[in-house]
Amino acid sequence: MSAWILVPAVFASLLALGWAGRLAGQKATGNAPTYRDMPLAVAFGYAFALALVVAGVWLYLQPATLDGAPRASVIFWRWAVHFLAASAVAAFVFRLAGRHIGTEGTKKAFRNMPLTAAFGILVVLIYALTAIFAGWIAPHGQSQVFATANVVPGGNAALGGNPEFPLGTDQIGRDILSRLIYGAQNTVGIAFATTLLAFFLGGTLGFLAATLQGWVDQVLSRLVDVLMAIPSLIFSLLLITVASAWVSGAGLTAAMVVIIAVIDSTRVFRLSRAVGMNIVVMDYIEAAKLRGEGLTYLIFREILPNATAPLLAEFGLRFCFVFLTISALSFLGLGIQPPLADWGTMVKDLSAFINYAAFAPQIASAPLLAAGAIALLTVAVNFVVDWMLQRSSGLKE
Amino acid sequence: MTDLLLEMHDVQIEGRSDETWMPIIKGVDLILKKGEVLGLIGESGAGKSTLGLAAMGFTRDGVRISGGTVTFDGIDLRTASAETKRQLLGKRIAYVAQSAAASFNPAHKLIDQHTEAPVQHGTASKAESMADGIELYRRLRLPDPDEIGFRYPHQVSGGQLQRAMTAMAMATRPDLIIFDEPTTALDVTTQIEVLAAIRDIVEQFGTAAIYITHDLAVVAQMADRIKVLLKGEEVEEAETREMLSAPKEDYTKSLWAVRAFQRPAKPAPATDAIPVVSVQTVTAAYGKIPVLHDVSFDIHAGRTVAVVGESGSGKSTTARVITGLLPQSAGVVELDGEPLPADYRKRSKDQLRQIQMIYQMADTALNPRQTIAEIVGRPVEFYTGLKGHAKRNRVAELMEQIELPASEYADRLPSELSGGQKQRIGIARALAAEPKFIICDEVTSALDQLVAEGILRLLARLQDDLNLSYMFITHDLATVRSIADEVVVMKDGRVVEQGRKAEMFRPPHHPYTDLLLSSVPEMDPDWLTNLLAERGVHNIGDAAAASIK
Repeated sequence: MSAWILVPAVFASLLALGWAGRLAGQKATGNAPTYRDMPLAVAFGYAFALALVVAGVWLYLQPATLDGAPRASVIFWRWAVHFLAASAVAAFVFRLAGRHIGTEGTKKAFRNMPLTAAFGILVVLIYALTAIFAGWIAPHGQSQVFATANVVPGGNAALGGNPEFPLGTDQIGRDILSRLIYGAQNTVGIAFATTLLAFFLGGTLGFLAATLQGWVDQVLSRLVDVLMAIPSLIFSLLLITVASAWVSGAGLTAAMVVIIAVIDSTRVFRLSRAVGMNIVVMDYIEAAKLRGEGLTYLIFREILPNATAPLLAEFGLRFCFVFLTISALSFLGLGIQPPLADWGTMVKDLSAFINYAAFAPQIASAPLLAAGAIALLTVAVNFVVDWMLQRSSGLKE
Repeated sequence: MTDLLLEMHDVQIEGRSDETWMPIIKGVDLILKKGEVLGLIGESGAGKSTLGLAAMGFTRDGVRISGGTVTFDGIDLRTASAETKRQLLGKRIAYVAQSAAASFNPAHKLIDQHTEAPVQHGTASKAESMADGIELYRRLRLPDPDEIGFRYPHQVSGGQLQRAMTAMAMATRPDLIIFDEPTTALDVTTQIEVLAAIRDIVEQFGTAAIYITHDLAVVAQMADRIKVLLKGEEVEEAETREMLSAPKEDYTKSLWAVRAFQRPAKPAPATDAIPVVSVQTVTAAYGKIPVLHDVSFDIHAGRTVAVVGESGSGKSTTARVITGLLPQSAGVVELDGEPLPADYRKRSKDQLRQIQMIYQMADTALNPRQTIAEIVGRPVEFYTGLKGHAKRNRVAELMEQIELPASEYADRLPSELSGGQKQRIGIARALAAEPKFIICDEVTSALDQLVAEGILRLLARLQDDLNLSYMFITHDLATVRSIADEVVVMKDGRVVEQGRKAEMFRPPHHPYTDLLLSSVPEMDPDWLTNLLAERGVHNIGDAAAASIK
């Protein structure tokens, strides 16, 4: 019942705060246009944002324990704030370094780079390096089993941790840190290969359909329509199940790459066909056709360079989707097969610990580590793609 | 009628590009009295539209007024509150955009869009405003004024749409209307109707107007005073007649002199000469819709044939048939006396090489991701097989011919060139194939007059140097006068009249040729008035349509 009073009361007081703030601004600046022409809704927005910031600071300053028990909300909020602050600092330092180290070209790129893009590049770089050098970086093997199972992350012996395993171990005693590092190699590598394959397939066929049109376009487009009509996750589950009758282990993983690539290439086909259609009507394509140029020249020299911006944006998004699909399949037990470490599988295996979130944040963080790794990469890739798009401004037109 | 309506003093406007503010208008004064029409002219990029919008106290995104004052009827528009401006815009100040087709909302009927401003501003009820709209449509001589408002924008023609837009601007009986190139996108014959309609209605209601255009002849008909802008600065301003008879500044004089370029027509070719390109009784159709009927004409070596007609007359379709993009259903196209395969895919590399094309929009004709050296170099390599150093030399030679030094321009992208320079690159690409015959499709219509003249002179020189033949598609008869040897007039997919240039510009004409010729605006400020009197219509309206029939 109290919510019925509380919500309108908060709303009204924020509205009053906004109104008062706008009035104060008008008085203080001698009726400057910014304050004079500000609608009340905008003033309310500012008041709301201010209230959110105040609430955030207040929560951050709360004691982490209450009557000896840890307060999960405060602890998780602090972690998030610390992580955000550390990310911002890291991105800032990285951008600063980029402005002074490297060739003239990269220096110039870093000079006009927003902080989000610097953060994205830094994260993608770290992931790439981790994936490539996983064998050297990881302290233990990905399938190495230790006697000490269920070690709590954090390395604090008082809370059930072990300094030897800084991020703890899973239920059968494998080092989570090592598995996270190997997971980068497996999950990201396979997702990258799948996306590349999907783009090769979809892009080539899409441009071909756009250039040739006629029956080629009809046949390819209808085929794609049929594939797209089936829900993609169910369809890939079905196909992988069918494939598992013939192959297993690494072979099944390869089959999964092909299956996801084909299903995802339908989206790429649609995009590249649409983009290609807009390009083939240009006069320069007509000029090239009238010159007598062949299909290969038309597609790769005339059309492709003009389609890179939207395709690149799609690549970033598609990579994230493929990545999430693979994680989802692994979560369901059909993706990357054990004993290979994979983030999706790790989330599934450790998911039971999430129940401890309310009273033992340290324990609950185990499954969140792998989930966080997925989320972080997704966000980072999108930051980078956004920035690239802005630079080439291909989508502004 | 002596009181001031709009006063702009030392207005400075800046646009944002690459993190810095670049000046667009560098301190311009503008004064407009009630009921007066001011013509604002200048080439593209001179800041005409920006200044026109600033007269409403408005700027586009990324543009700001950084200095000076804009006072409309005693109200300072730069410091006025958003609410004050809302009361003015659409009620006392209205704006008519260049493309009516892009400015109307395609999802609503004309009359519903017409009534929006009066109803919003509370000057009239919906019913009153509708009745008034129909009255305005009648005054603007729109056909079927009682019904036309209940159509959607795509159901009326471009000229009618532009008049409906003028009616819409008039709906609240504003004190000031800003016309931003309202007739630039229209055919000459349609342009006359719109010009006459706008002039009439502005006179009838005593509305003040700023008329923005790059066409001097048009502004001469419309304006009481003319202001010339160049690169954001005022060149000069004077009463229309004074400005036309005695321009003071060199720049203005050069604008006035542009149309003076005229090349004497070459003598008629020998009767037994084989034409370079011969179009013989060609009939073509898009699907089932016939677009060309029995089109025949010859183009001889070193000659220019101008094909004129309004949009939809089949000019460009003829070019598509000659290039083989649209195979004809009957008739034949011959190159040097040899019949060409109808489909370009069946033509030999050498046949393709002989026929080149230059396009209207240089922006879409050059691949934005290729450098100039690649664009010009590709046909060189493709047709002659030259590579490496030899290819580079040939590109430099071609760039020399179009008067753009390769050392400076070869490594640029098309976006780093001006409109006229891009068009020159288009010419260089055509020349790279070493053709006999070039189709020029409205190559100057997207360019400013000074730049267009430069292109025409270049084409004329190249023709003399290389003995090229041109098919010159245009709707601009001034261009025809300056460059053509022979003229082909087309209408509705048929050749109406053809012959030597001198004959074509001398009466008697086919009635359609007559209409086309008389519709081209002239610099004489009385031209429109006289023409309307001559055509026997007081307010022209549907005169053009009448004289076609």
